[in-house]
Amino acid sequence: MTFLKINNLSIDYKMRKETVNAAKNINIDINKGEIVGIVGESGSGKSTVANAIVNLIDEPGKISSGSIFMGETNISENPETIVQYRGKKIGLIFQDPQTSLNPILTVGEQLIETIQTHLNISTDEAKNKAINLLTEVGIKEAKKRFSNYPHQFSGGMRQRVVISLALCCEPELLIADEPTTALDVSIQSQILELIKKLTRERNLAVILITHDMGVIAETTDRVAVMKNGDLVEIGPTKQVLVEPKEKYTKSLVSSVPPTNKKISRFTIIEKENLNNQNNNIKILNRWSKKSIVDQNLVKIQNLSKSFDDSFFTENTKNSVMAVDDVSFDIKEGKSFGLVGESGSGKTTIAKMVVNLFKPSSGDIFFDNVNVTKIKKNKDLLKFRRQIQMIFQDPFSSLNGRLKVKEIIAEPIKLHNPNIKSMDLDNYIYDLLESVELSQQSAIRYPHEFSGGQRQRISIARALATQPRLLVCDEPTSALDVSIQAQILNLLKDLQEQLNLTILFISHDLPVVRQMCDKIAVLKDGKLCEVSETEELFKNPKHNYTKELLKLMPKIESIYN
Amino acid sequence: MGDPINNMVGEETSDEERAELRETLGLTDPIHIQFSRFVVNASKGEFGISYQLRRPVSELIIERLPATIELVLISALIALVSGTLLGVYTGINRKGFLSDFILAVSLLGVSLPTFVIGILFIYLFAVILGVLPSFGRGEVIDLGFWSTGLLTISGLKAIILPSVTLSLFQMTYIIRLVRAEMMEILQTDYIKFARARGISEKSINYKHALKNGLIPVITIAGINIGTLVAFSIITETVFQWPGMGFLFIQAVQFVDIPIMSAYLVFIAFVFVMINFIVDILYYFIDPRIRVKGDVTSG
Repeated sequence: MTFLKINNLSIDYKMRKETVNAAKNINIDINKGEIVGIVGESGSGKSTVANAIVNLIDEPGKISSGSIFMGETNISENPETIVQYRGKKIGLIFQDPQTSLNPILTVGEQLIETIQTHLNISTDEAKNKAINLLTEVGIKEAKKRFSNYPHQFSGGMRQRVVISLALCCEPELLIADEPTTALDVSIQSQILELIKKLTRERNLAVILITHDMGVIAETTDRVAVMKNGDLVEIGPTKQVLVEPKEKYTKSLVSSVPPTNKKISRFTIIEKENLNNQNNNIKILNRWSKKSIVDQNLVKIQNLSKSFDDSFFTENTKNSVMAVDDVSFDIKEGKSFGLVGESGSGKTTIAKMVVNLFKPSSGDIFFDNVNVTKIKKNKDLLKFRRQIQMIFQDPFSSLNGRLKVKEIIAEPIKLHNPNIKSMDLDNYIYDLLESVELSQQSAIRYPHEFSGGQRQRISIARALATQPRLLVCDEPTSALDVSIQAQILNLLKDLQEQLNLTILFISHDLPVVRQMCDKIAVLKDGKLCEVSETEELFKNPKHNYTKELLKLMPKIESIYN
Repeated sequence: MGDPINNMVGEETSDEERAELRETLGLTDPIHIQFSRFVVNASKGEFGISYQLRRPVSELIIERLPATIELVLISALIALVSGTLLGVYTGINRKGFLSDFILAVSLLGVSLPTFVIGILFIYLFAVILGVLPSFGRGEVIDLGFWSTGLLTISGLKAIILPSVTLSLFQMTYIIRLVRAEMMEILQTDYIKFARARGISEKSINYKHALKNGLIPVITIAGINIGTLVAFSIITETVFQWPGMGFLFIQAVQFVDIPIMSAYLVFIAFVFVMINFIVDILYYFIDPRIRVKGDVTSG
């Protein structure tokens, strides 16, 4: 029996100039005891549909036509009905557990208030119920944690609290909007297991919204694929992922980095930029091309970094070892991957390599020179131009008040102050061409570009000094999967043509597998193992690596 | 600044008498000795003797203190309570005639100088309507250590106009701050999550949103109470309020340096104390700074 029926649902955002159709004629049915996934890239309207069910669409969005039936009741008809359903019959989980809880109320206060809003029971009964719920979602010492504030919980624990809040009045429908996107792999799998378990035990109907095809493959029974507000395809998960009918679904599936094999390039079906890539990029003419020498370009020996908690630290207990005695080498012309969960120290290592942090102890050799021993800024500058960095967030890593031209010109002028303005312009155009952006982009501002295009601008800026080592810190984790595939292809091409050495940092194992020749696995600042990529994936030695590999969501699991 | 001796003595005083007075006041000593003497005495709470009134400055300040403190506290109370209420109202009902009206009037409050508002109030309530006194503190009851005007009808009547005048600027400030905070917090994920759990609008607005919104307001309001003490100079002058500000203005006219320096040191002390109290208040309001490093992993 169909529990929730979304009928021809359309949602419009009336803007000053135009009306945006965030969702167009969506039809989705959900049964009890079933997890239905909605997958799509950002802006595809997947969250809008979920918010429409509980009538929490952001202003100025409105349901323009269609209906939503829960059982026999049309819940989209009357806003009064849906207010009573919220929390009682429908539970919601949001993406970021850091921001979904009120910071100045204790977890218990928030649970009791929610329970008492819907159920007519005394505070003591509500408290008992809340403690039982916290235990059920896997929070130890629930009685004690009950009176803690949200900031006293870790990210994964907070998401458990959020789930307990969503489930506290025994809803029949659970809507989870990217419930694990902000979490590490190991916690992600725990949370997804929890949702699966609760679905079974309580016979819930679940809508799981995500952009992660691996999560879809491992968790959902059926999946709906959305693009630009259209429902592209819906069906049993296996059928949709293995034999996609629509071209878009095919391209989405093919952009997902496979977890079980290494491929040379991603197949791109729909391209963000239409101009074709030619193999002889002009920037090569400017490149003081160095043939690859068979040597270790970067040597890191016994590197450690500790952060003191505060200026007035009274004892050394408060100091945190972010990086603890790490050693590895990077061969010139190769890609080296650093993998680990949040807080494992991978970004700290990157910042020490590019000399933004001073190591507490240990040495970094670049081209056989000990960089940590250089004292003069002038000497350091020589190394800085050879090492460039690409950051995770393309929105905050570009200065919004400078034109693209000025952004790229800055490093060129810093390292080559005498360059003529004509030559500078051509240099910039060549750089833009190498990242497949048009010459017109030079006179525009960053906000006029999409996330993927911005990341291209970051790459062009990094290439401006003709570096030998490129440090990429999660360069694609803020991007949609199809854009990610394009950026990764671009990085591979550039590496091949410009003889770049890459230090690639990511928490995403499939991506690292596609990009890197050698991988180091980090945990709590310590190195677990370093080995060749294929060796690591096929034959992991360290227990932590094994666990990570086991837990990562695999799109291939659908074939089993 | 002129010679303070000239202000202190009559015209017929002879040069010898002037020199003698100068000697007793220590005005002939070199500057650094005068200054270190000032610092040592100030740390003991002694600011010397007023040139004009010929009484110890600390005594004068203590005598005038209750009037100013009462005025400042009452206007801070008015500013906080009505500012928060109006701010919450305009933050929740963003569109609507009343919200627009409150905001428009609050603009007036920011842009009109205190003395203009004070004079307008006097004209309206004291001259035309004749319901409230235009100057003074009314009848005062002496409690020994403290003289209060809050216990008599005439005292209460007298404090209305000056305290409202003084509070207007701060009130508009707080309205706008609370409004901005409320609007921002109502957009946050935890408010959306609270809505999704079916929590009532009343609880969302006043329990979830307002509590969070008041954290920055307390910082600003704390600093502003210090500003109120400083601003009270003008208000006290307009309403002839016998407080420290009025004392200060008179001291400026007579170049009464001991009073001026004592007043300024006192204001600085008030600012520091208020900031200190606000920092301690934070501990009780924001649980996030209460315990450090108590995050369990998991």
